[in-house]
Amino acid sequence: MADGTIGLWTVPLAVFGGAIRVSTPFLFVSLGECITERSGRINLGLEGTLIMGAMSAYGISYLSGSPWLGVLAAGITGALLGALHAGICSLPRVNDIAVGIALMLFGTGLAFYLGKPLIEPTAARLPAIDFGWWSDVPQVRAALRINVLFLIGVAIAPILFWAFRTTRWGLLIRTAGESSDAARAMGYSVLWIRLRATMAGGFLAGIGGSFLSLFYPGSWNEGLSSGQGITAVALVIFARWNPMLCLWASLAFGGAAALGPALQSVGVTSGYHLFNAAPYILTLAIMIITCSPKRTLTGAPAELSITR
Amino acid sequence: MTTEAADPVEAVAVSPAAGPGFLQRYGTTIEYILIPGAALVGALAVFGIFVALFGKNPLDLYFYMYQGAFGTWFSWQNTLTRAAPLILTALCTALPAQLGMVIIGGEGALLIGALSATSIALAIPWAPPLVVQITMVCAGVVGGGLWITLAGALRQYRGVNETISSLLLVYIGLAILNHLVEGVMRDPSSLNKPSTREIGAANMIGSIPGTDVHWGLVFGVVAAFASYVLIYHTVFGFAARVAGGNIRAAKIVGLGVGKLILTICFLAGGAAGLAGMIEVAAVQGRTNANLAAGYGFTGILVAFLARQNPLAIIPVAILLGGISASGGLLQRRLGLPDASVLVLQGIIFVFVLASDALYGRIAFLKGKS
Repeated sequence: MADGTIGLWTVPLAVFGGAIRVSTPFLFVSLGECITERSGRINLGLEGTLIMGAMSAYGISYLSGSPWLGVLAAGITGALLGALHAGICSLPRVNDIAVGIALMLFGTGLAFYLGKPLIEPTAARLPAIDFGWWSDVPQVRAALRINVLFLIGVAIAPILFWAFRTTRWGLLIRTAGESSDAARAMGYSVLWIRLRATMAGGFLAGIGGSFLSLFYPGSWNEGLSSGQGITAVALVIFARWNPMLCLWASLAFGGAAALGPALQSVGVTSGYHLFNAAPYILTLAIMIITCSPKRTLTGAPAELSITR
Repeated sequence: MTTEAADPVEAVAVSPAAGPGFLQRYGTTIEYILIPGAALVGALAVFGIFVALFGKNPLDLYFYMYQGAFGTWFSWQNTLTRAAPLILTALCTALPAQLGMVIIGGEGALLIGALSATSIALAIPWAPPLVVQITMVCAGVVGGGLWITLAGALRQYRGVNETISSLLLVYIGLAILNHLVEGVMRDPSSLNKPSTREIGAANMIGSIPGTDVHWGLVFGVVAAFASYVLIYHTVFGFAARVAGGNIRAAKIVGLGVGKLILTICFLAGGAAGLAGMIEVAAVQGRTNANLAAGYGFTGILVAFLARQNPLAIIPVAILLGGISASGGLLQRRLGLPDASVLVLQGIIFVFVLASDALYGRIAFLKGKS
């Protein structure tokens, strides 16, 4: 596999290309979770949302022939699951973390159930833009085939960053997350704000799922997502609820996750499973380094149950 | 904790048979049975509608579910065999819940427990079976226990959220298992399904006489009873519940919260690790990826449905073991995909959590008419 012309450069190049490909679902889920958590609620169910998004995107793309319709369907599915989460959480004395776990199991089960007939057929996949046209080296061209969704995600991050700071909606979400009393005193319904924030978060997470089934790896099967959703939720915590940091963290994660396949492509196959676990180990390591038992995390929304 | 029914002013006789004392004493208990029961019925109804959308008759569904779970002696044995690991993995969530911690990593502790138990059994092939079995139990408990203790220690000393860390540890545990099973521990003759060598027929723990149900069920029931006694009838358990109710109060009265967290997490992980050991020593005979069958995740649901009460876990585990046992029959007779059990579990979970809002709100249980 190793091309003589670039030799060992294959590994960093594959990690770079992989980082861009693998990071996209992390990016969308973490941006979505960022919106939800800023409003003062945590949705652990995004793992299930991701899988449901992947399944519905694949199904709709297969039935309609249009992958973009699939992306839209994934987003809507995610928003509906988000509405379900927010709806149950708005009942008194219901724990949002537990509801998230329930929806994680529910989403996964429902996706496997409905997705059973989709394992065989091939759906239309999302196109990629060839940024590597200038190069003759096939590995470079492969690494630079970048999907539009990645670019959209990269664009959403600064927009969110700006929106949280300056727009009315951003301010409302942050108020609900910092002090629900303050939001209520201003005459806004906290439940209503959180419902919308959770739906928006689910929408983005669903789109992240569509990337999995429609671009990379690019098929539907039951092993498609294994913990990307939950990793992305953890990622928001050490990105300090900052959308721009979510972007950089997602890229770092994508790179870590791409290391296993990259090493495999140059013939290093031992420890394949351990390298595949790299993102989880990295998450855990970063959480160990950045968390502290003595103080609450800087930037954490005060209403968030996970930091209290 | 009788909160609602304890107020004597509100308690009025509802029926001559029950009397005020009855509701006063048992109102909360009835509530704890009635509300999850109603949630279960609601979930089954929604699942019935769901399969009706796919053109199946819901009445057939309920009939086959009953048949597959409790209809025959054969299905009872199947149900009880599945309930055994569920009791143990549910304890992995229910014990830390006494401290107010949400641990959802039972699956990881199960895998690590299975791996430790298998390794130790393969390391001492010359030992008599009883010695091997006892060593396997210890190895499973210690392996799984340390795995969840890691999550507890991270929470205690680094403030890392235990829900997320325990779930991440599931994926890390699975990666370690796959790495070892496809690497140094691989039996060269296992071609299609990489596995370790078998622990040997003599070392298997076998069935309860007269049944096909393995001894794991007894392990599970004993562990649940022991947990109940520990939590509700010992000073240690009392301290744990105090710390779970109000961590600041616990610190003020001088409870070692760190020690409590680590011990409870070790016991919780040990229970799940024991489930892994049982799956190896009673069912699989070796370690491979089959062990990641989702018992750890269903165990979370069992714990929540049982309201984190170790004794209630036993019947709930049998119920959910029954649901998963009926999956095969649903697949054969109704042509439902195997994931339908997962969907039903998800619906039940959602209903059970939503029903939390009902506690203390049912008028007649408060003695009001």
